[in-house]
Amino acid sequence: MSVAVQGATGKGSRERESRPGLVERVKRSYAKHWYAYAMIAPVVLVLGVLVLYPLVEGIWLTLTNANSLNSARTIGVNHIPASYKFVGFDNYADILWGPGSYDRFWSHFVWTIAWTVICVVLHYTLGLGLALLLNKKLRGRAVYRMVLILPWAVPTFVTVFSWRLMLSDGGAVNGLLSFLHLPEPGWLTDPWAQKAAAILVNTWVGVPFMMISLLGGLQSIPAELYEAAEMDGATPWQRFRYVTLPGLRTVSSTVVLLGVIWTFNQFGVIFLLFGTGAPDAQILVTWAYKLGFGQQPRDYAQSAAYGVILLSILIVFTAFYRRWLARNEQANG
Amino acid sequence: MSTTTERPAAAAAVAPAARPAKVRPRGESGPLAKALSHGALILASLIALFPVVWILYISLGPDKTDYLHPGGILGKITLANYQHVLSDTGFFTWFGNAFLVSGITTVFGVMLAATTGYAVSRMKFPGHKPLMWSLLVTQMFPIAVLIVPMYTMLSELGLLDSYTGLILVYSTTTVPYCGWLLKGYFDTIPVEIDEAGRVDGLSPFGTFWRLVLPLARPGLAVAAFYSFLTYWAEVPFASTFMLSSDKYTLAVGLQTFVSEHDSQWNLMAATAVLIAIPSAAFFYLVQRHLVTGLTAGASKS
Repeated sequence: MSVAVQGATGKGSRERESRPGLVERVKRSYAKHWYAYAMIAPVVLVLGVLVLYPLVEGIWLTLTNANSLNSARTIGVNHIPASYKFVGFDNYADILWGPGSYDRFWSHFVWTIAWTVICVVLHYTLGLGLALLLNKKLRGRAVYRMVLILPWAVPTFVTVFSWRLMLSDGGAVNGLLSFLHLPEPGWLTDPWAQKAAAILVNTWVGVPFMMISLLGGLQSIPAELYEAAEMDGATPWQRFRYVTLPGLRTVSSTVVLLGVIWTFNQFGVIFLLFGTGAPDAQILVTWAYKLGFGQQPRDYAQSAAYGVILLSILIVFTAFYRRWLARNEQANG
Repeated sequence: MSTTTERPAAAAAVAPAARPAKVRPRGESGPLAKALSHGALILASLIALFPVVWILYISLGPDKTDYLHPGGILGKITLANYQHVLSDTGFFTWFGNAFLVSGITTVFGVMLAATTGYAVSRMKFPGHKPLMWSLLVTQMFPIAVLIVPMYTMLSELGLLDSYTGLILVYSTTTVPYCGWLLKGYFDTIPVEIDEAGRVDGLSPFGTFWRLVLPLARPGLAVAAFYSFLTYWAEVPFASTFMLSSDKYTLAVGLQTFVSEHDSQWNLMAATAVLIAIPSAAFFYLVQRHLVTGLTAGASKS
């Protein structure tokens, strides 16, 4: 039906003038793509109203000194209008090089980067290792797969809570360590042990997603490639290096990108493990939440400014990552 | 690809001599490798299983400090915690709230995402690239940049402490991700199917609804699983936006067992187990689609 409409408009306008004007081009484009726009309209609407608007509002907040004492609020029947004012880039300056900025921002920044790198490397290598094992012809493969996805099937909230019980002083983990005559760190109290605990739990939570994604990728590599490689006498390592890894490239690039984004913004694990305490183990996201909602008075402006900084870091990273991928793609043909 | 044909030529001269007995069918490994694989998988399975089993075990101990002396639980296993949670707390209210919110978010999110995923996968329209890009960028929004303006926005609209507000907030993250996921899945469905449908006189919507959507069921299942699971026990948004105890979702209600003075870990453990049951059940329903649904698209896009 729409094909006929589309043809008619195209033909009619071409007869009238050789080079269509802007209005005409918009009209024609509309006729050709209206169903595409109709299909994306709901999402564009949702993103525009629920994401873009708060984002713009949030960026505006970072240029003010808004906190819970001077924002609009209602106490009983009295409505108090907002009284915060525009302060320009003061928030950013204060965060990045104000007094105590090392303890407030840079220490968390360094830890967030370390956290992201360590977690994603662990997720990827463990996930790939398990996916390779599951891709073999082994007895009980289906059962292993079911059990190994389990951490994913249980809500993070529940498993992190379980880990908290296990990691507490005198909990199951230290029980095991004392049985083995190993030192028993205070997982939830000692700064370094807190970081180790956070990485441990997040690795446990994140591996199943990587494993399943990579398993899907492995299964999509044609068996003929392995046969050919084997015919040519490739060793297992060579088959892995020259058949498996290139075959996984597209899946890997997607899951690594998502892994970095999710881990960088991983709120749940750290928040649920330590709450808003444990200042050393807070990554930037949880720290920003603490500023905005975990203290009195709530510092909305600084919290949002952290958010904008975080978002910028991720966007810059993604842009570079994609360019790097594209270059690799070209180099490898 | 090109390297595979060049490299092994050098190795071929050495390799066959070193391993003469190569009669095993492809994909099968030797007994030692097999044992090692099983060993590694069993170890990994134990690690994956242990925390889940552990919380189940702890939930059977009646005292709130039982998790510190797990050995003691064996002698006094009881379902008292469950009985208390089910009959004396707001469990069913919270359960209903969580189910309502995550259920509607899932349906709403997957429906919206499906049409977008399809449009982005099949049609090259102006604005196609920016849309894909914005779906990805939305993934990056840290909770901190949105939560404050969303809080003020919802409070101005009077949607604070309401189901609608929470569903809207959840949709901001679920819709873009599901759209992304489904785009990848639609990419794997041959375009010829659409073309056949068009030749038979179906409109683009008809093709989508009658032909493509039924074929995309595994992808839809994964997207639904993802969003249900994410919001079923979501904490930060729910605990910030839901203020009155009859509106709490499960994960927020649970926090009431732990105050500064008194932490009823045993009750929390029992509730945590109860929370995990529906998601595990849902997971069981979709698990055979997971592998294909998740990456069928990513591996070809």
